[in-house]
Amino acid sequence: MGSQGGFYQSKEFLDLVKSIGEARSKAEEDRIVLGEIETLKRRISDPDIPKFKMKEYIIRLVYVEMLGHDASFGYIHAVKMTHDDSLLVKRTGYLAVTLFLNEDHDLIILIVNTIQKDLKSDNYLVVCAALNAVCRLINEETIPAVLPQVVELLAHPKEAVRKKAIMALHRFYQKSPSSVSHLVSNFRKRLCDNDPGVMGATLCPLFELITIDVSSYKDLVISFVSILKQVAERRLPKAYDYHQMPAPFIQIKLLKILALLGSGDKQASENMYTVVGDIFRKCDSSSNIGNAVLYECICCVSSIYPNPKLLESAADAISRFLKSDSHNLKYMGIDALGRLIKISPEIAEQHQLAVIDCLEDPDDTLKRKTFELLYKMTKSTNVEVIVDRMIDYMISINDNHYKTEIASRCVELAEQFAPSNQWFILTMNKVFEHAGDLVNIKVAHNLMRLIAEGFGEDDDTADSQLRSSAVDSYLHILGEPKLPSVFLQVICWVLGEYGTADGKYSASLVTGKLCDVAEAYSNDETVKAYAVTALMKIYAFEIAAGRKVDMLPECQSLMEEFLASHSTDLQQRAYELQAVIGLDAHAVESIMPSDASCEDIEVDKALSFLNGYIQDSIEKGAQPYIPESERSGMLNISKFRNQDHHEASSHGLRFEAYELPKQTVQSKIPPASLASTELVPVPEPVYVRESYPTTTVSSASSDAGSTELKLRLDGVQKKWGRQTHSPATSTSSSTSQKTVNGATQVDGSNTSNSRTRETYDSRKQQVEITPEKQKLAASLFGGSSKTEKKPATGHKISKSSSHMVEKSHVPKSSMEVASEKKVPFQQPPDLLDFGEPTVQSNAPSVDPFKELEDLLEPTTQVASAENHGSTAAATKSPDIMGLYKETPAGIHNKDDSDILSGLSNPPVTNMLGGTTKTQVAQSSKGRRPNLKDSLQKDTLVRQMGVTPSSLNPILFKDLLG
Amino acid sequence: MIHFVLLISRQGKVRLTKWYSPYSQKERTKVIRELGGVILSRGPKLCNFVDWRGFKVVYKRYASLYFCMCIDQDDNELEVLEIIHHFVEILDRYFGSVCELDLIFNFHKAYYILDELLLAGELQESSKKTVARLIAAQDSLVETAKEQASSISNIIAQATK
Repeated sequence: MGSQGGFYQSKEFLDLVKSIGEARSKAEEDRIVLGEIETLKRRISDPDIPKFKMKEYIIRLVYVEMLGHDASFGYIHAVKMTHDDSLLVKRTGYLAVTLFLNEDHDLIILIVNTIQKDLKSDNYLVVCAALNAVCRLINEETIPAVLPQVVELLAHPKEAVRKKAIMALHRFYQKSPSSVSHLVSNFRKRLCDNDPGVMGATLCPLFELITIDVSSYKDLVISFVSILKQVAERRLPKAYDYHQMPAPFIQIKLLKILALLGSGDKQASENMYTVVGDIFRKCDSSSNIGNAVLYECICCVSSIYPNPKLLESAADAISRFLKSDSHNLKYMGIDALGRLIKISPEIAEQHQLAVIDCLEDPDDTLKRKTFELLYKMTKSTNVEVIVDRMIDYMISINDNHYKTEIASRCVELAEQFAPSNQWFILTMNKVFEHAGDLVNIKVAHNLMRLIAEGFGEDDDTADSQLRSSAVDSYLHILGEPKLPSVFLQVICWVLGEYGTADGKYSASLVTGKLCDVAEAYSNDETVKAYAVTALMKIYAFEIAAGRKVDMLPECQSLMEEFLASHSTDLQQRAYELQAVIGLDAHAVESIMPSDASCEDIEVDKALSFLNGYIQDSIEKGAQPYIPESERSGMLNISKFRNQDHHEASSHGLRFEAYELPKQTVQSKIPPASLASTELVPVPEPVYVRESYPTTTVSSASSDAGSTELKLRLDGVQKKWGRQTHSPATSTSSSTSQKTVNGATQVDGSNTSNSRTRETYDSRKQQVEITPEKQKLAASLFGGSSKTEKKPATGHKISKSSSHMVEKSHVPKSSMEVASEKKVPFQQPPDLLDFGEPTVQSNAPSVDPFKELEDLLEPTTQVASAENHGSTAAATKSPDIMGLYKETPAGIHNKDDSDILSGLSNPPVTNMLGGTTKTQVAQSSKGRRPNLKDSLQKDTLVRQMGVTPSSLNPILFKDLLG
Repeated sequence: MIHFVLLISRQGKVRLTKWYSPYSQKERTKVIRELGGVILSRGPKLCNFVDWRGFKVVYKRYASLYFCMCIDQDDNELEVLEIIHHFVEILDRYFGSVCELDLIFNFHKAYYILDELLLAGELQESSKKTVARLIAAQDSLVETAKEQASSISNIIAQATK
């Protein structure tokens, strides 16, 4: 097969690749590529260019783009190539467009037509090429144009086509579930395909469907189990074996599916126990793929209804992983441990030292995985150690993405398990100080609320202790330079609300600090706004308490500055402050009651307090208010009611409004209900939550309904995508409102204290101090049987996470609609035994796969025989070496590669006769470098002027060698 | 799901890129630069996995080439490692003891092979034999097309004599 390694491209292209390869700097490479771009630009626009030349230019464009340069000038030519009649050219065109274009590119419209035509082609290779492009390029709008053809191809005689059609349908489902929801039953049908490749491909979409809606696929449990059993029993063709494992990739997919189906379902899980147990036993833990399957088994076992025997096997496998020298296996072991401790928490203890080794490993990936495990096993007994460790690590890294994640985990754990208020405040200070700007603003709002509401116990003294310790630490921390904005907001808010509450600090001290903040961070408007409001609160409390207010001079100058600020927000706050200061104690107290941030403000929507005023006005002869709905005959009225209506009348042609289609009416509901929640300054969470699921369900069902009602748009480009309803934005708006009200204070105490904390030098201590490590282990794993989550704080987490839950409702409801439509499907007892009449006519004892394999044999034998021949040739290497020496080294044209292969070919053909053990030859061949091929390539490349001794000697090295 | 496949040499040169999720050209360049920096600097005994912007990147080094695949958080890393190996084995069988040079000069063929192995970010075919057969079918078509072209040009040449 060495001839395939030949280089068919023109000299020019080879030179380009070569010069890029030898470029010594990025700048040099860029210069070469830019030159190439110029050449291509010039040549490619020549109308009389021969096809094969064009093909090469397009490949050169791909190359240019791969190197990171813009090749968009040539995209249109790639598109044109897909129109070509010759598959050869077409294939290059499709390759190029799938590499160049994203699904939202304008040029895609020009390809859709070609794809449509090619999907109908008689040549299955053309269809395959088109399907490859479909998977990459078809977007939500163009799905209807190709959908009917793709569905037809599901029954194509060639398995390669069926497989790709399944994948394409899966892609459609990912892009727009509603467009293919009525076709979901096809996936079930294809699961029973005669070809294991198609069956394997079908598992991808089924996995996704089951992830979204488990309940409607419970009937498939038996089938999946039976397929898995047959796979494990090696009843698939040998070609699916991989490193002596029977079809491991299919096994893994099936195990993933079973994990979903068996989760929390005892009955379904019981069907799986035997087969999963079998796989545990059969897995070869010495090979990587065997471990991959083992890992998937552990995941499956920890997800389905627990079975003691399987849990035991899983624990065994985990300890083998953790004891292994390979970092990969340790990583997988830690991950698996994290899954299993949810079911059997005691298992962690036996691995404590291994876990600590991983935690102190220099490998960041492993370390992070271990933190994830620790996060999962945090309890109130070990929270201090774990969070301290996390924060130390957080401080040490630069990766912002991970910093954010680990910071929010610290916050979550601290909120959930904090042993004391003091510790909690200290921890939060550290998190904010080091990752402040990366933390989600919600975390800050949560913190404020927590300080305002206290820990939910009825113990007021504990709450006020929390607050005063927060104030203490914040006043202390304000001395540090450069604090993150989010943190400052929290500090300002807390100081304003509680700075003077316990009487420990005077108003002038706190206001002075606040003014310092506003001055020091003068380019941060949000912080300044928080500071002004905090000032206002403190003055208000002072006035309410009957004390005289002396505004500090720096505060006065600050106010003057803000009164003239460009930011209207700041200006308004400053004016409000001015106004409040001028009021008497009684008025101030009702405007700014002390510690009332958690009180609900009731809004009188009817504005009843104005009744007297209105009465007066009407008596004086004013017009009474007419509600909008009762006003008529006014010109603009339609504008308020209905946008479409208004548009129609403005054109002046149509006098009657269209009758509104039903679905629009329905879809108008959610915005309406939303608007009403927006008006309420203190939205009760219950209300928001309850209104949400109902409205989304109705809109989802109307969506689904509309797909049925729609016109058939075969071959028609869908111009206007249906608007999708997004619940996410609305929920977030309600949360942000809540947080405005619920802010609180935190106090930061000495961080220096914790910094002096010993930092571990992992390597050294690993050797020297085992007691140290054991102590750590004891603190991490020690009180496993002790306390669980603090019930008192638990509700806070549930509150914030409830929004997530809501969101997950949405896809579910649309799926339910989809599943209603699916065709009832009869499940044959043995999934792999059914199918086409030809197979059924066989005696039942015959394995259909065996048959299939036999059918395949004639075609594959040729290929494999050739292969065998080449290994034989390799054993005869002395001869070939001789031949190689005889060939003159300096032949210039490429033909000599043919000569070489011609010389080496005779033995190959001679050997063709009696090759029966082709399988063995093939599997062993991959490992051994093939001398003949290497020599051949070596000559070839030398002629092109690439010498192995130059820049990169291992260019020639066998990748698998 | 596999979000992209990346082949980079030890010097950080890109040998092949395939994107299954939408990335703009600018993002692509950034991704390659970032990941190149992270992966090439990792020691030989560390994990073959890297956390990256909420995804995981599984990589493996073969001679001077790094094969990288970016996957979701809940995918099986060991499996992806084997998908990479599976790909390399198929390349090896196709090119005959594949080396980096093969991929440098025949990158388009590597793309064709990858298209038969992965589709829409999922493993489409786990049988080496099937992939080899499909590629061979396409190649034979190429051969016949070439023969036809030459025979037609012969005819034309004879006709115009």
